[in-house]
Amino acid sequence: MGETIKMELRHVSKSFPGVKALDDVSFQLKKGSVHVLCGENGAGKSTLMKVLYGLYHPDAGEIIIDGEKVHIASPADARKYKISMVFQELSFVPDMTLEENLFLGRWHKKNPLKMDWKRIRRETEALLEKEGLDYAPDTMLRNMSVSNIQMLEILKAISFNAEILIMDEPTSSISNQEVEFLIQKIKDLRDRGMSIIYISHKMDEIFRIADEITVLRDGKTITTLDKDETNVDEIIELMVGRKLENQYPKVSIEIGEELLRVEKLAKDNVFEDISFHVRRGEIVGFAGLVGAGRTEVMNTVFGMEKYNSGQIFLNGKQIQVKNIRSAIEQGVTMVTEDRRRFGIIPVRSVLENAALATLKKYFYKGWSHKKKEREEVAEVFGKVRVKAPSMETPIMNLSGGNQQKVILAKWMLCDSGQVIIMDEPTRGIDVGAKKEIYELMNILAESGKGIIMISSELPELIGMCDRIYVMREGKISGCLEERELFTQERIMSFAVS
Amino acid sequence: MEKKKRIDISRYLSKYSLFIILVVMVIVCNFANENFLQPANLLNVAKQQSVNILLALGAMLLISAGCLDLAAGSNLALASVIALYAYKAAPSVAVAFAAAIAVAVVCNLISGIMVTGFNTPPFIATLAMQLMARGLALYITQGQNQSGLGADLQEVGQGNTFGIPNSIYITIVIILAVVYLTKETKLGRAVFAVGGNEDAANASGISVKAVKMQVYALNGLLTGIAATIYLSRVNSAMPNGGVSYEFDAMIATIVGGTSFSGGVGSAVGTVIGAFIVGFLNNIMNLMGIDSYLQQVVRGIIIGGAVIWDIYFKNRKGSVK
Repeated sequence: MGETIKMELRHVSKSFPGVKALDDVSFQLKKGSVHVLCGENGAGKSTLMKVLYGLYHPDAGEIIIDGEKVHIASPADARKYKISMVFQELSFVPDMTLEENLFLGRWHKKNPLKMDWKRIRRETEALLEKEGLDYAPDTMLRNMSVSNIQMLEILKAISFNAEILIMDEPTSSISNQEVEFLIQKIKDLRDRGMSIIYISHKMDEIFRIADEITVLRDGKTITTLDKDETNVDEIIELMVGRKLENQYPKVSIEIGEELLRVEKLAKDNVFEDISFHVRRGEIVGFAGLVGAGRTEVMNTVFGMEKYNSGQIFLNGKQIQVKNIRSAIEQGVTMVTEDRRRFGIIPVRSVLENAALATLKKYFYKGWSHKKKEREEVAEVFGKVRVKAPSMETPIMNLSGGNQQKVILAKWMLCDSGQVIIMDEPTRGIDVGAKKEIYELMNILAESGKGIIMISSELPELIGMCDRIYVMREGKISGCLEERELFTQERIMSFAVS
Repeated sequence: MEKKKRIDISRYLSKYSLFIILVVMVIVCNFANENFLQPANLLNVAKQQSVNILLALGAMLLISAGCLDLAAGSNLALASVIALYAYKAAPSVAVAFAAAIAVAVVCNLISGIMVTGFNTPPFIATLAMQLMARGLALYITQGQNQSGLGADLQEVGQGNTFGIPNSIYITIVIILAVVYLTKETKLGRAVFAVGGNEDAANASGISVKAVKMQVYALNGLLTGIAATIYLSRVNSAMPNGGVSYEFDAMIATIVGGTSFSGGVGSAVGTVIGAFIVGFLNNIMNLMGIDSYLQQVVRGIIIGGAVIWDIYFKNRKGSVK
C-alpha cells in the first residue's frame, strides 16, 4: 500500500472576483495515506477542498481519480466518486437523535410515506460497532459533547463507503485528549486503505499524522514533501515565505506612559495567564493562529465576555469591566472582527451609525442637538475620509472599507476612548482602503491613544506594530519587543507548537 | 454611483408614497361617496381610529426595536375592566386613567421580563400574556360586561370640545409625544439601533435589555390610555373587548412604513397608516360592501404592504 495514486490534481485554478484563490495547483494523493495540506489563512486550502467536493467549479485543470479524469459538479457527484468531507463547522440538527442525524436526508424508507426505522437502527448500530464507538443510537445530539459530535461527523463521512476522506481542521473545536483519539482513528482508517486529505495548521498534529505534506501559499502549491524528509522550521518557512511589500506607512511616534495593563487574566478553558500592556502612541500587535484565543481575550477586556480571574489597569488604576458600556466609559473601545454582526446597523444612516456610541453627547437637556452631531460627525468623517453619498445613506450601501471607516469614526467621537482594540481591521477590505486604515492607525497613535491590533496577516503586523505578542492555545507564548526582531519565522515559531 | 442615487430617490419616493396614497384615496373616496368628505364623517373616522392609533404607536416602537406585542388587545380589555372597578371605588377620571395605565404597564413589564430576562421570543412571551390577561379579565367579571360609568368618564370618549371629540385631543398629544420620543431622545435613537442590529447596538455600549424594557413599558402606557378611551367610548367594561386589536395596530404601522425586520419606523407614518386603513374601512361601509368581504380586502392590504417592504429592502440590499 501507499504506492498507487488514488487521486491526482493537475494544474487546478479557481478565481473569484478580484482574487486568484487557486493558481495552478497540483498534487497527488496516494492510496492508504494521510496527505496534509497546510498554509496560512487564505492560502487556498479550503477553496481547494470545496473544489474537490463539488461545491466550487475549477476554472482550469483536471482531477483524476483511479486513473480516470472526472468532473465533480456537485457534492452528489463527489459521493459517487466516494469522496466524503468533514467540515470545519459541525453541521448537525441538535434536536434530532444520533441515528436521525447520521442518515439525514437519505433516510431508508419502506415506501414514500413510511420510514424504515428498523433498518436505520440496524445500520447505525453496525457502523458504531465497526468504529468502536459506544454511543446510543437514540441520543439527542444536543446532549452529546462537541468531540463526540465530531466523531459522528467522521462516522457519517465514512458511512457513504468513502474511499477519499477530506478533513478540514477537525481538531479546531476539541480538547487535547480528544485529539489523541481522533488521530488514532485517522490512523486506523488509513491502515484500512482510506486515502485522507487533512487540513491543519497545527504543526505537532501535522507531524504526527502526515505521510506527505503539501504546502500552499497564495493559492499556489509550493511543494510536496515526505514527512520524514522535512521539519517544522522548513514547513513554516515555506508557509510564510513571501516578500514584504512596502505598503505599510509606519511612522515613528514618541511612545508615552503606560495606558493599559492586563495582569494574569484568565477564563476557564479559553485562556489563562494573559499579561500584557499598551502605552500611549503604541501599536501593539497580537499574532497567533485562528483559535489561539486572541479575540476572546480582547472581547473580555472590552466587556463582551466575562473572565474568571485577573486584573485590568488603565492609567495605573485598576478598573472593573462589567459590560461593554462600562468598558467604553472607562476608555476601552473595540473594532470587532465580524463587521456585519457587531459593527453596523445596516438599515440606519452613516450618521446614526457613527454617533451610536456617543448618544449622550448629542441628546441632553431633553432635546437632541442634531447640528452639533452633524458637525462633529462631518469633522471626523473628513479625517477618516469616509466616502458616502450623504449622511443619510444607509451604511449597508457603503463598501466594506468605508463601513470600517465609519466604525473607526464612531470610536474617534468617543472622548473617553483611550485604547482602541482592532480585531482583523483589514479583513475583507481592498488594498487601497487597507492602507488608509493603516494611516488612520497612525493618526490615532499620534493623538496619544494606544492601539491593539489582532491580525492573522503577519506582514501587516510586522509592518505596523511597535511590539507583537504571540498567542498559542490560550496563552501568550512570546513577545517581540523590538521592530528589528520582527520576522515571520519568529512569530510563527511562537504561534505553532 | 449612478445606481446608489437612483435608490436614494426611490427611498424618498417610497417615503412620500404614503402621503400620495392617502391623498389619492381621499380623492377617490370623495368621488365614490359624497358623504365621505363631510367633516362629521372625517371626525368620526378620526374618533374611531384614536384607540387604534395609540396601540399602533406602541406597535411601531416595539417592532422597530425588534419586538412585538400580541397581548395588546387583551391587556386593553383587562385594563379597562380594572379601570372601571377603580373608578367605581373612587369616581374620578384620573383614577380610571391611572388604574388602566398601571395595569397595562404591569402586563407589559411581565412580557418585557420574559423577553429580556428569559430570552423568550416576543411572539411566545406576549402570546402567553395575551392568555393571562384575557383570562383574568373574564374571571374578574365572570364574563359579564360591566356598566356604571359616570358622566365625567363618558366625556373622555364620547364628549366633544369645540365640536371636536375629546379623544382626538388626547391622541394628538400622544402622537406629538411619540414623535418627540423618536426624534429627540436617546431612547428613540437606541430603539432603531436595537431593532436594526441588536449585537451591534450592544457592542456600541447600548443596553439592549434596558431599551426593550422601556419600550414595553411605553407600550403599556399607550395601551392604558387607549383602554380608558375605549372604556368610555363603548360605555362599559367589556372583558371580551379588544379582540385582535393588536393585529389592527400592527397592520396600521406596517402600512405606515414600519419594517417588520426592525430598525425602521416612524410615528407620522404610523398615523397615516392608521388613516389609510380607517378610510378604507369607512368607504367600504359607506358603499355597503359586505363586512366579510371587507376582511378579505384588509388581508390583501397587509400582504401588499409587507411585500412592498421586503421588495424595497432587497433592492437596497442588493446594491451593496
